[in-house]
Amino acid sequence: MEFYQSNKVDDFESPDFYQIDDLLTEEHLLIRQSVRDFIKKEVSPIIEDAAQKAAFPAYLVKKFGEMGLFGPTIPEKYGAGGLDYIAYGLMMQEVERGDSGLRSMASVQGSLVMYPIYEYGSEEQRLKYLPKLASGEYLGCFGLTEPDFGSNPAGMKTRIEDKGDYYLLNGSKMWISNAPMADIAVVWAKNEQGRIKGLIVERGMEGFSTPEIHQKWSLRASCTGELVFDNVKVPKENLLPSADGLRGPLGCLDSARYGIAWGALGAAMDCYDSAKKYALERIQFDKPIASFQLVQKKLAEMLTEITKAQLICWRLGMLKNAGKATTAQISLAKRNNVDIALKIAREARQLHGGMGITGEYPIMRHLMNLESVVTYEGTHDIHLLILGAEITGISAFK
Amino acid sequence: MKILVCITNVPDTTAKISFIDGDTKFNKTGVQYICGPYDDYALSRAVELKEQHGGTVTVLNVGEAESEQVIRKCLAIGADDAIRVNTEPTDSYFVAEQIAHIASQENYDLILMGRESIDFNSGVVHGLVGEMLGIPSLSPVMKLEIDGGVAKMTREIEGGKEDVEASLPLVLGCQEPIAEWKIPNMRGIMSARTKPLKVVEPVGSGLTITEKYALPAPKGAVKMIPAEEAEKLIDLLKNEAKVL
Repeated sequence: MEFYQSNKVDDFESPDFYQIDDLLTEEHLLIRQSVRDFIKKEVSPIIEDAAQKAAFPAYLVKKFGEMGLFGPTIPEKYGAGGLDYIAYGLMMQEVERGDSGLRSMASVQGSLVMYPIYEYGSEEQRLKYLPKLASGEYLGCFGLTEPDFGSNPAGMKTRIEDKGDYYLLNGSKMWISNAPMADIAVVWAKNEQGRIKGLIVERGMEGFSTPEIHQKWSLRASCTGELVFDNVKVPKENLLPSADGLRGPLGCLDSARYGIAWGALGAAMDCYDSAKKYALERIQFDKPIASFQLVQKKLAEMLTEITKAQLICWRLGMLKNAGKATTAQISLAKRNNVDIALKIAREARQLHGGMGITGEYPIMRHLMNLESVVTYEGTHDIHLLILGAEITGISAFK
Repeated sequence: MKILVCITNVPDTTAKISFIDGDTKFNKTGVQYICGPYDDYALSRAVELKEQHGGTVTVLNVGEAESEQVIRKCLAIGADDAIRVNTEPTDSYFVAEQIAHIASQENYDLILMGRESIDFNSGVVHGLVGEMLGIPSLSPVMKLEIDGGVAKMTREIEGGKEDVEASLPLVLGCQEPIAEWKIPNMRGIMSARTKPLKVVEPVGSGLTITEKYALPAPKGAVKMIPAEEAEKLIDLLKNEAKVL
C-alpha cells in the first residue's frame, strides 16, 4: 500500500526539565538522537495516513531492523544490539513518540518474540531465528491471551499433546499484535500435565491461520489478529526447552512492560510538545492562549508528570541494567506512565481545540492508541493489584 | 581510495544564541552541538564512495574534547578512524593550517568538507587547504562521481550549475544533494566504540582574538503600505530605511 508523504515539518523536541540528559552517556544521547531522526524521516511523514487508512506500513519492518530497533539488549552474536536497558528504553520512547502502534510492533518483536527465544530457547533455536528477527527479515508475534483468558492467562485452553514425533497444537489466541503479517509465533499452551510450555509456530504449518481483527479505533497503524491452531503438528525441536510454567510468558511481559513505560512517556512528550507550541501560536482575545492561567496550569501539570515519569524510567532502567528490577517495580512504571500519558493526551486534545480532533496534529491518534496501551500487557487495574499484592503479601486476583 | 573528511562541531541550528563574560564568550549552556550539516553531506558521500570503490574514510576535526561526541557519530555513520587536533578553532587560516598539516602526512585522494561551517560561515577553509597543499579545490560541489583518477562533479555557480572534471587529489567543499544524509544505526553506534580516535596537538597558533560578540539587530516591525500609496513607500525606503 502506498502512503501519502506529508511534508509537514516534525520539529519535536523532548522536554528535559530536570536535566536527566546529564544522567545519560554520550552513546545514549546519540542513540536517542539517531532514533529520533529516523522516526522523523521514516515515520512522521506517513503515520497519519497509515492510521487514517488503518493500514500497517509493513515495509517499515525491514527499516526498523536495519536501524537496530529489534531486540537491542540481546547479544550481538545473534545479530542484535548488545545494548543496555537505558538504550532500549530511549529507543522505545522515540518510536512511540512517532506512534504507539509501531512501538507495539517493535516491542512484540524484541521483548515477546526475541526475548523468549533468547532466554528459553536452545542455541540452535537462537541461531536459527534471532538474526532474522533482528534484521526484520522475519516478523514475529506472541500468543498468550485467549478469547476467554486475558488477565487470567493461567486458565488458558490452548493445548499441546505429545504425539511422539511432534506436538499436536489446538486452541486459539486473541488480540495478537503483528499476527496477520507474522512469519513466526511464540505460542504458550498447556501440556498433558497442565504445565504451560512455549513453542515456535511457523507460518505455513498446516492448520495454523492468523485472521485479522478489523475496525479498531486504536493502534490503527499496526496489525492485530487471532492465532487459530487446528491440529497443528509442531516439530519437537520447536519447543522452548527452558520455559516451564507461567513464569515463562510473564518473564517476557516484564521485558515488554518495561519498554511500554518508556514508550508511553514518548507519546506524552509528543502531546506536550505539540500542545506547548500550539498554545504559543494560537491567538484568542488578542493574545496567545498560552497567556491564560488555565492553559498554563495544563502545561505545568503535563511537564510535572513527564518529569516524574522520566525519573521513574531512568531509575528502572538502571535497576534493569543491574538485574535488580522486580515485576512490581515494572508494574508501577507501566501503570503510572501510561496513565499520565493518557491524561496528558486528553488535556492536550482540549488545548488544541477543534484542531485536536483532526489528523493535522498527532494528539487524537496518540489518545486512541493509548487506550490500547492502558489495557494490554496487564491492564491498569491488574498492575494496581500487582502492587497491592506486593505491599500486603495478599493477592487480590487469584 | 583514501578520503579525509573534515568536520565541524557547531551549535544546532535551533540553538538560542547568547554571550557571557561581557560578550567575549559564546554561552554554551544548554546548547546542543551537531556535525555541521554541510560536513554531514560530505561525510555521507565519502561513505558512499568507500562502499562503491573501497578504501578508507578518516574524519578530522579541529576542536576541543567536547567535539568527540560528534566525531563518534561520524564513526557510527561509517568512517573508519578519526583524528582530533586538540585546539579551539579560532579562525579559518588556523584551521586550514591544521588540516593541511595532517593531510600532508598521508596521501589522501580526496579531502572533503562542507562548503562552509554554520557557526562562522566563512566558507574559505577548502580554498586555503588546497593552496597550502598545492592541489586544486572546488566548492560548492553538489554532485561527485569518481571514475578512475578523475572526479566528475557538478558545482553550483551564480545563476546555474557547472559540470566540471578534475584529476585527484582534490579538496572539495560539499553541499546537498551530493549524498543522502545518513542516520547512524545501532550496529554503527556499537562499532564506533572501538574505532580509533587519535588526538594530536596543533601546529602554530591561532591569529585571531575575539574581543566582543554581538547579536544582529532585531528585526523591526513590518509596515504595510497600501498599493495605491506607492509614493509613501518610496519615501520610507529613501528616508527611513535609507536603502534607496
